[in-house]
Amino acid sequence: MAEYKLLTRDFGTEGVQTLAGYQRLGGYQALREALARFTPETLVDEVKLSGLRGRGGAGFPTGTKWGFLPKDVFPRYLCCNADESEPGCFKDRALIDENPHQLLEGLLIAAYALQVNTAFIYIRGEYHDQRLLLERCVEEARAAGHIGNNIFGSGFDCDVIVHGGAGAYICGEETALIDSLEGYRGQPRLKPPFPALKGLYGKPTVVNNVETLSNLPHIVQRGGAWFKTLGTEKSTGTRLFCCSGHVNRPGTYEMELGTPIRELLEEECGGIWRGRSLKAFQPGGGSMQVLLPEHLDVPLDMESVTKAGSSLGAGAMVFMDETTCLVNVSMRLVDFYHHESCGKCAPCREGTYFESELMHRLEAGECSREELTTLADICDNMNGKCFCPLGDTATWFVMSAYKAFRDEFESHCGAGSCPVRSASPQLVIA
Amino acid sequence: MPLAAATVREITALRDRYPHPRSAILPCLWAVQNEVGFLSAEGMAEVARLLNLAPSEVQAVSTFYSMYFDRPAGEHHLLICVNVSCALRGADSIVDHLQSRLGCPSGGTTEDGKFTWESTIECLGACGGAPAMQVDHHFHEDVTPERIDAILERLRTEPRPSHPTDPGHETPRGSRSAPRRPHLDPSDL
Repeated sequence: MAEYKLLTRDFGTEGVQTLAGYQRLGGYQALREALARFTPETLVDEVKLSGLRGRGGAGFPTGTKWGFLPKDVFPRYLCCNADESEPGCFKDRALIDENPHQLLEGLLIAAYALQVNTAFIYIRGEYHDQRLLLERCVEEARAAGHIGNNIFGSGFDCDVIVHGGAGAYICGEETALIDSLEGYRGQPRLKPPFPALKGLYGKPTVVNNVETLSNLPHIVQRGGAWFKTLGTEKSTGTRLFCCSGHVNRPGTYEMELGTPIRELLEEECGGIWRGRSLKAFQPGGGSMQVLLPEHLDVPLDMESVTKAGSSLGAGAMVFMDETTCLVNVSMRLVDFYHHESCGKCAPCREGTYFESELMHRLEAGECSREELTTLADICDNMNGKCFCPLGDTATWFVMSAYKAFRDEFESHCGAGSCPVRSASPQLVIA
Repeated sequence: MPLAAATVREITALRDRYPHPRSAILPCLWAVQNEVGFLSAEGMAEVARLLNLAPSEVQAVSTFYSMYFDRPAGEHHLLICVNVSCALRGADSIVDHLQSRLGCPSGGTTEDGKFTWESTIECLGACGGAPAMQVDHHFHEDVTPERIDAILERLRTEPRPSHPTDPGHETPRGSRSAPRRPHLDPSDL
């Protein structure tokens, strides 16, 4: 298990963002092969064989998701979820910036497998330059006949529309994304019906993440059976891990699934900065529970990280050194969910408000100990009781940090200021 | 003031791009903001007319999304991330620096109308280059007070950028979020 370059293989190659540059490296051969060698059905089977699981966070098997589309209901739609907004996550941006045609090729392969004639890329509003880059690539591919009618003479038609958002984390949730794409406020829908049955414009719809789709050209060219040899039995392939926080070399690193966290931290990221020690980290982005130095030997696959009490989520690793105040970090994450709550359901809308208000007072040292019970109570009234996972995840980090760093939370109570910051002001960054 | 003919043409083209015209609301609102600088009542009414919707429906959508301005903003817009990854690498000091340089609180516009700046808890997706900010929608990573001063200096003499939405627009190679990119010595921060 180690670094393995599949999706990032051509990162940094001069000109790969252009069609000519991408084709020099064999680009769009996988699409040609998919159209020539596979029927839509056998292509779905090949992706099922690969064991590919969604890279957006939930980790649902991609081929199985595709298999839920009802037969003979058309039109169908495919949406690429490029609304990457998870705190700590920046891999989809790297995949677009560094190899946009790889994504388009994957999108077209998926569109063929699903018999979709109109595919969308929903990209977050903040990724303005990335949207323009994708639009330029779509035009290049259209001019070359890779997008449009009768692609590679196969009789398959597909158009691609790049759709920019305008600032809303919740639009990364697939039904909220669909609402937003239809021109509404981006609020989640009740499931069932799932998008596979009733999605965009009430039609069967698949929503796949940027990284998920970027895997497809490789699966087509080298086979699902080969892909399965990478990673672990249940978490196949590689992941792009976004490493940030107190490390010497932050960045995205592609590793085989199952690589120990320690290897990622020490060999790729160059360890914790300034010769300090690790205090805590998040393995899956802002939504996921805190892990501790004792978890460094946990393999980076979905099952192992879940067993350790957190989740691999979208693959965003945020490392915090010994000077970090976990109350401050919790406060920021709670603020984030408060800001991003869509307001549709009361437990999330009200819960994140009270959570945020309390955490700000706790961070300032103005809470009483009894109020920590109130905090736990608020979280208990949110977790599992909200309309969509946003409200649930607004409690996961803060509650796991409270459990793991109870003394630190309690030491803030009545302290009049942040005791961690007061103890070593010259050290604290957060 | 009515929208420019080019903006109306852009809105019409966006409308015709989708299977259902309503899907074009967000891109159309971007077209309005790019021309006017914010979402004017007239601009939103025009979008509504062209998409065959009630003005209230367009306005209701617009208020959900954080990137649209509901009032005139400065010529240049600076957005500073204060989520965890950026905070761990000094975002708060960047915020303090900007506030003292520009003399107005987050969300405010300078008296000369040159700058609007905001700190945002919404992660910008540039954590590998934290602390990160966006200036007129472009990413700036590993920002320091000195770099901010240089950016402000440059922008003072630059007019409000247009944000071309046509696909032919040449984009710079965006992020430095690729693996193995050379990185600052942390002690420089």
